[in-house]
Parts: sequence; structure tokens; C-alpha cells
Amino acid sequence: MSVQTAAAGLFDCRDSFAHAIESLAEADTRIVAVVNDSLGSSKLTGFQKRWPERTVNVGIAEQNMVGVGAGLANGGKIPFVSAAACFLTARAMEQIKADVAYSNTNVKLVGQSSGIAYGELGPTHHSIEDMAWLRLLPNLTVIVPSDPWETEAAVRAAAEIEGPVFLRISRHPVPALERPAGARFRIGKAEVLREGDDVAIIANGTMVMRALSAADQLAAQGIAARVVNMSTVAPLDVEAIHAAAQTGAIVTVEEASVRGGLGGAVAEVLATSHPCPMRILGFPGFLPTGSVDFLFEHFGLTPAGIATAAQELLTRKAA
Amino acid sequence: MPQVSADNRRNDPLPLIRDKARAIRITALKMVFAAQLGHPGGDMSVTDILATLYFGVLRYDPKQPNAPWRDRFVMSKGHCTGALYATLAEAGYFDRSWLETYMGPLSMLNGHPNRNYLPGVETNTGPLGHGMPVAVGMAIAGKMDAADYRVFVVTGDGEQQEGSNWEAGMAAGHRKLSNLTLIIDRNRLQQGAKVEDTNTLEPLADKWRAFGWEVVEVDGHDVGQLHDVLAAPVGTREKPLCVIAHTIKGRGISFMENEVKWHHGIPNRAQYEQALKELEA
Repeated sequence: MSVQTAAAGLFDCRDSFAHAIESLAEADTRIVAVVNDSLGSSKLTGFQKRWPERTVNVGIAEQNMVGVGAGLANGGKIPFVSAAACFLTARAMEQIKADVAYSNTNVKLVGQSSGIAYGELGPTHHSIEDMAWLRLLPNLTVIVPSDPWETEAAVRAAAEIEGPVFLRISRHPVPALERPAGARFRIGKAEVLREGDDVAIIANGTMVMRALSAADQLAAQGIAARVVNMSTVAPLDVEAIHAAAQTGAIVTVEEASVRGGLGGAVAEVLATSHPCPMRILGFPGFLPTGSVDFLFEHFGLTPAGIATAAQELLTRKAA
Repeated sequence: MPQVSADNRRNDPLPLIRDKARAIRITALKMVFAAQLGHPGGDMSVTDILATLYFGVLRYDPKQPNAPWRDRFVMSKGHCTGALYATLAEAGYFDRSWLETYMGPLSMLNGHPNRNYLPGVETNTGPLGHGMPVAVGMAIAGKMDAADYRVFVVTGDGEQQEGSNWEAGMAAGHRKLSNLTLIIDRNRLQQGAKVEDTNTLEPLADKWRAFGWEVVEVDGHDVGQLHDVLAAPVGTREKPLCVIAHTIKGRGISFMENEVKWHHGIPNRAQYEQALKELEA
């Protein structure tokens, strides 16, 4: 199955999710899909064709969707509950809290088209608050994959572990990141994609490739930026954050709110153990209308924006 | 394999159910009085339903609480843990001495049930309207596996005001989940007032029929009626079953019956002693 999008070399991570769950489902009959009329937007039409009896479309009813997922897990299934991240998380938050996280059920929540993927559709359809809401729930593993390879690996890892997982899947096209041979995804382990001792950029999801480009721009100015892919936000790789703090300056960047997400998680660690100058890049609140590209540009979530933030931070570090 | 109800099917189950109901009421009252916390009104209204299920209907083995073949029971009105925990202890899931810790510091007997602490609890409830969707998921899993276990869920009647019940009910009707039974503890009182004065449920039976369910109304304190409808095999029924159990909040304790303040009112010592005398009579 090809997961390549029309734009050469760029990928929609939803395709990687679909590829991974179909491949898992071939080998394990416990894998089932639960959707809220979101087969197409979850890229699960192929799954549904192959396994109609293992596809549960509850219609437009997110509270029921998440509860049904918990019930299926009780019956020994491994449900992937897949819907647009904005509706899955906001509408069904109490079900996620009580039926999934607190009950500690083997439910895999899949938030599709997360962040600002729905650009022009506006803040009702953006899911930038979900990181704050979900990362504080005990028992719940939260993963924000950065590219197709990591998305596939994260889906497989989610199926392997017993317990609730939230997979935050992006839609904005991303390239396949270059990784050393033998690279392996591990839940709760950050990945240093580039070494550097002047500043550390900690990113996840669609922002990882932009952080790498920012590091290229900084290198041209003689600044060595470390780039850390913090794809698991819960449980957090505290060691990797401590190591990043050795650079003396940390920039976090995420396709999410600047409050309570990856930046907040890193800040909690730093403030209580390794205080160091920090910038948190993301979105400030309800966003104005615009395309995804426009909004990234407007709020500085571009390689240049990230590089500028890092440079400004370095002047604080020096002061 | 399931011993409790197998025995019951050979014999007349009703005397045992009545004995258990009496014991559950007394235990729940003692727990609430000891903890000075709880929801005695709803404990008393749901007791005959729980006693009928656990001592005449459900197939389970308390020594294997996660056995795949077990019937599932979901206590969606999770605040009525006095009755639920007393029932689970009577059923042998844990020692009765645990009940003395009810809502105490670090007790496994939380105010609302936690499956990770207590064997026999299928899903954590407390916020209302959570049991139905989870029960629907269990019933779908059973259908997928062509398993013969059944799924029972009890909601309060005030709880029916939560929209998630209707989301789940619509899906269950659509999918013809004949292995699913909803029991509504229709005691007509919610926390603050009469249900019908707060947000009308009637015509409740018609609503569930319109959602694709078979509906039966019973006296929720007549364990014979409860047993007849709940223990009847699914047979050729192709719809989920809704049992509207007409009950009395505070049932068995004269001054609590039909009084809204006993939703979570706690008796003083004199009231407690009178209540105990009435339940033991």
C-alpha cells in the first residue's frame, strides 16, 4: 500500500495509521475499529471493507463512541477509537477520563487531523487544547508521532502495550525524517535527531521537521542546536529534558496551545530541577481564520520563526 | 463454572433472593451510618434488583472475576455503592470485613466503584450516563464473538436525563443487541427534586420502544416479577430489553421512603436504630 501523498516526498500520517492498523488486524483478530461516522477522515474505509464485522460505526455520538470502546476492551478486544481529535477529546472528555484512563482500560484513542489541520474551519475544529487535557490523565500514554515511520511504529507499540493510549495523528503533510539505521521507536523515550550544545529545540508531531530546518538555519550562523523529538508526552522522558537543559537554553515547539502541552510538560520538569531560559512556541488561543500554512506562518511556527526564537533565547542565556 | 445461578435454576430462587435483599439493605445501612456518607435512598431502591441479578440471574464465579464467559453487570448509578458493595460481598467477591472500610482513608471501597481496586466491578462509574455506552460496547463484543454471555446495566431514572444514555440506546437498537438488558431504577426522585418536576421522562416506555427496544415494566421490589423478566432466556428476541423497575426510594425504611432528602441524607443514631429495627423485622 502506498502511503505517499500527491506532493512528492510528503506524507499524510493518517495513511500510515491506516496501513499499520490493517497490518495489525491481519495478524490479530482482537483489533477492532470504532468510529463516529469518521471512516473516511480516519482513512479506515479500507479496514471497514476488509473487516466489516470488526468495524463499529456508532454514528455522530462521541460519548457513546468512547464508552463503546471501553466496553469492547472489557470483552477482550483491542479497540482503536478513531475520530477527529477535536471531537474525540473535547466532546468525550469525561468518558476518556472515567471509562478509559481511570478505569485503565485497553483502549487506543486515535485523534485524527489534530492541531490546526482543519485550518479555515476555525477553532471549533482545531484541537490545540487536547495536549493539556490528556497529558495529565493518569494511566494514559500520549504519543504525538512526527512522520510516517514513527506513526506506524507508534500504532504498533500502542497495540502491544496493555493499557490506554492516545495517539495524536497529524494530517499536514510531513516528510519522512532521516534516522540512523536501526532506529527504533520506544514509548517514553525521546529521540535526539541532531546533536548540538548551544540550544535545544524540543518538538513533536509536525513541528519536528521544522525544528530540524531551524537547526540548519542556526548552524549557518554558527549556532549548534540540538533537536529532540519528544513524541511521547506521557510518560515524559525526564532524562532527555535534563540532558537538553545542559545546553542552557530550551525552545519547545508544538502544533498545540502554548499552555499546558509539550511546553508546559517540559517547563514543569525544568522549573523544579534544572531551571534554564526557555521559550514555548505554539498557538496562543482561539485562532483567526486562515489556511494551515498561513496560521503556521502567522504564529511563527516556521523554521525561521523557530530559529529566531532560539537566537533571542541565546541573548538571554548570555545575559 | 457458574455455580450460584446454576443452583438457583434447579431450585426456587426467590427465598434466597429475598434473604439476600434483606441482608444487603441492612449491610448498606450500617455502611452508610458508619461512614457518615453515602446514598441510602438509592441503595434501598436498587437492592431488590441487585439481589435478583446476583442470586438468580447472573452467571459468574467470584473466584474468577474476569472469566471470559461471565455475564457482565454495570452499575451505572455508581453512587449507590452501599448496596453494590454489600451485594458483591454477599456474592463472595471479597471478604465482608472489607465493608467496614467503606469510604475510609485509603479504602478500596471508594464512594464510587473502581474496577482496579475491587473484583467484580466491570467499569468505573460515578458521573452519570457512563454505564450504558460501556455496556453497549460489551454487548457488541459478545456479538462479535458469538458468545452467550449477557450484559446488564442499571441506571437511575434521573440519570436518564443524561444524553449519553440515548446515544447508546440508539446504537443498541440499531444493532439489535438482544444480549443487552437495561434496568431503570424508576424511584421517581433525583438528588434535588422529583424527576418529573425536574425534566420529564414520560412517556419513558414509549421512548425506549421508539429507540428499538423491547420494554417491560415491573414492580422493582417484587423479586418474582424481576426474576421472571431478567432470568428469561433471550430466546428469539431480536431487540435489547429495557426493564422499567418501579421502585420506592428509601424502600424498607419508613421515614426515608419517597423523601428526596434521603438521596444522600445520613440518619442520626436514633433514626439509624429505628431503620435497623424496621429492616430486621
